[in-house]
Amino acid sequence: MSDEQPPIEEVLATLAPAPAPLSTGRSVRPGDRIFAVLSGGASLTLLLIIALIAAFLLYRSIPAVRADTTNFLTTSAWFPDSTPSTFGIAALAWGTLLSSLIALVLAVPVAVGTALFIAHFAPRRLAQPLAYLVDLLAAVPSVIYGLWGLFFLVPQMVGLQTWLADHLGWFPLFSVGSGSTFKQTMLNAGVVLAVMILPIISAVTREVFLQVPRDHVEAAQALGATRWEVIRLAVLPFGRPGIISASMLGLGRALGETVAIALVLSTNYVISWKILEPGGNTFAANIALQYGYAADLGTNALIASGLVLFVITLVVNIVARGVIARRREFAGAAG
Amino acid sequence: MKLQRFARLSAVALVGVLALAACGSNNNTSPSSSSSASSSGSGAAVSASSAAPAFCASGTLNGSGSTAQANAMTQWIKDYQTACPDATVNYGQVGSGQGIKDFLAKTTSFGGSDSALSPTKGETSAANGRCAPGTAVDLPMVPGPIAVVYNVPGADNLVFTPAVLAGIFSGKIAKWNDPAITALNPSAKLPAQAITTFHRSDASGTSDNFTEYLAAAAGGAWSYGHDKQWKAPGGQGAKGSAGVAQAIKSTQFTISYDEYSYARDNQLQMGQVDNGAGPVTLTPDAVAKAVAAAKIVGTGDDLTLSLDYATKAPGAYPILLVTYEITCVNGGLPADQAALVKGFLSYVVSDAGQQKLVALGYAPLPTEIRSKVQAVIAKVS
Repeated sequence: MSDEQPPIEEVLATLAPAPAPLSTGRSVRPGDRIFAVLSGGASLTLLLIIALIAAFLLYRSIPAVRADTTNFLTTSAWFPDSTPSTFGIAALAWGTLLSSLIALVLAVPVAVGTALFIAHFAPRRLAQPLAYLVDLLAAVPSVIYGLWGLFFLVPQMVGLQTWLADHLGWFPLFSVGSGSTFKQTMLNAGVVLAVMILPIISAVTREVFLQVPRDHVEAAQALGATRWEVIRLAVLPFGRPGIISASMLGLGRALGETVAIALVLSTNYVISWKILEPGGNTFAANIALQYGYAADLGTNALIASGLVLFVITLVVNIVARGVIARRREFAGAAG
Repeated sequence: MKLQRFARLSAVALVGVLALAACGSNNNTSPSSSSSASSSGSGAAVSASSAAPAFCASGTLNGSGSTAQANAMTQWIKDYQTACPDATVNYGQVGSGQGIKDFLAKTTSFGGSDSALSPTKGETSAANGRCAPGTAVDLPMVPGPIAVVYNVPGADNLVFTPAVLAGIFSGKIAKWNDPAITALNPSAKLPAQAITTFHRSDASGTSDNFTEYLAAAAGGAWSYGHDKQWKAPGGQGAKGSAGVAQAIKSTQFTISYDEYSYARDNQLQMGQVDNGAGPVTLTPDAVAKAVAAAKIVGTGDDLTLSLDYATKAPGAYPILLVTYEITCVNGGLPADQAALVKGFLSYVVSDAGQQKLVALGYAPLPTEIRSKVQAVIAKVS
């Protein structure tokens, strides 16, 4: 199938050398130059803003971490304004990653399924409105998701979670201590997050699936593949890097989600596997909940936790880039 | 355009009517004057401008801080601006800590906080620096009752002592039919259900004052001190007063503490509190009695209160917080801002202003403290 690949590479090839004439060509038009300066300036500004944010976070974090009487990275409690000042990000990091992971596990299959349906199964008349609807989900403000989660989802989930605890309680993830109300639990927070990141993942994967070369699909069909086989042989392999980067975009949103988590989760500073029990906390929710009353040290401590989230997000993105790059090579070599 | 003009016209008309009403009722110098703001005796067609009350100033006044007094502020601002059409008052609901920061940074001319400026954290000296050549003062303004709310079907008006509350919230009393609770409520049918406690998940003055009450009144049964963050282990968290009310309302066999207005508006079951002089139901009057038992510990013009949470005064409801307005006296504010602060706070502490508190779920200041606050407000210049 690699013979079918050239069209894309051709497109890329035509794109890549294009900037060259801008810098070296003899007849540089003023419009080109202005555009080059503007676009270069825009990307430079972006880099500068990120660098300044990192510098600000670092500048405010250092005094807080110095004043901390315990290990900033391994402590779970968060009492920066008490004497002695004790706070650490262990529970926050744990809760952030756990809730985001739950969200990804729940959202990615649904999002990929939705995207496949819209791109390859749905009749054209249905596909367009459906795509709009999914995109619309992304436009709902997160506080609305939070209120929806708290007032609608949380009561509805009690039955399912009780069932899970009763029948799958032997599995550490679903075990509960006595007297769980099954309400403001980590699982519920994960479900709300999943709904929030679904439209992003679905929209991006849909676009990637629509890019699958017609030739690939037709080649598979010519070999007598069924619809499912076409998807398995042609669509999914081509779309895999897209699915991964879409999931990473979704993960980015889940990691940083604030208001919805602050509303839905019954926060505490305990590291626990038990996703059916109320408890846990995330960086962003903790900042939102504690900022209003934080004194100077407390504010700096919250900013320090923000720095950790910044770094985690950065690492996640770098890892995702790496995965995508490697996948692309594989796809090229194998295909 | 048309709509705007209509709105302006109707606003002027409204201002006229209400200005007369407020003017008829407000008289700072005589606290015994009639208090009902709505009973406007003067039907005469006097224009709003000539009837502007003495407390009116013109310009824009910015304040920010505690959300605990936000409902009172919203009402007061509405009434004040109606009475004084030349004045605009803004109150940012940013939390007490940020309110103090804003005041120190001179972004605002008064701050609202549910704890007084702390001398030990350097807030007092920083605020005095901000107010130089004047001094900063804490003015108690809005007593806010904290209700003990719970959800046990068929068991209304349960009685709690501070020791029992401390036991419940530290997890030592785990069932509703615990002998410690049934002894206080012999006639109530209490189920053999586990107690689920809720607390505020966000830092709040409500948590601070509730735990301070437990620490002061429970005589050693509470070992977690007092803090804006909930420090006792166990229990579940909910965000904000509304979140707590929602959690209690929707889950049986739970108990928590919440601002009275939220408990009342959500029709939650509220406990009676027995500090040693018999069970007391939460009413504005009962709260006012507890505020009257407080001592003024502020020095000079500062009116910081030390609440007596363990008070055994008969009929006093002891769990409450008091929100302060923080501003400068004897200088420190630009002339126009000083006039606005003085005018607005004069209205707030007046009969008419304090009467509004009851309907909103707060308690009015006791007369004695009120006259002291009025004397300090007179020094804003």
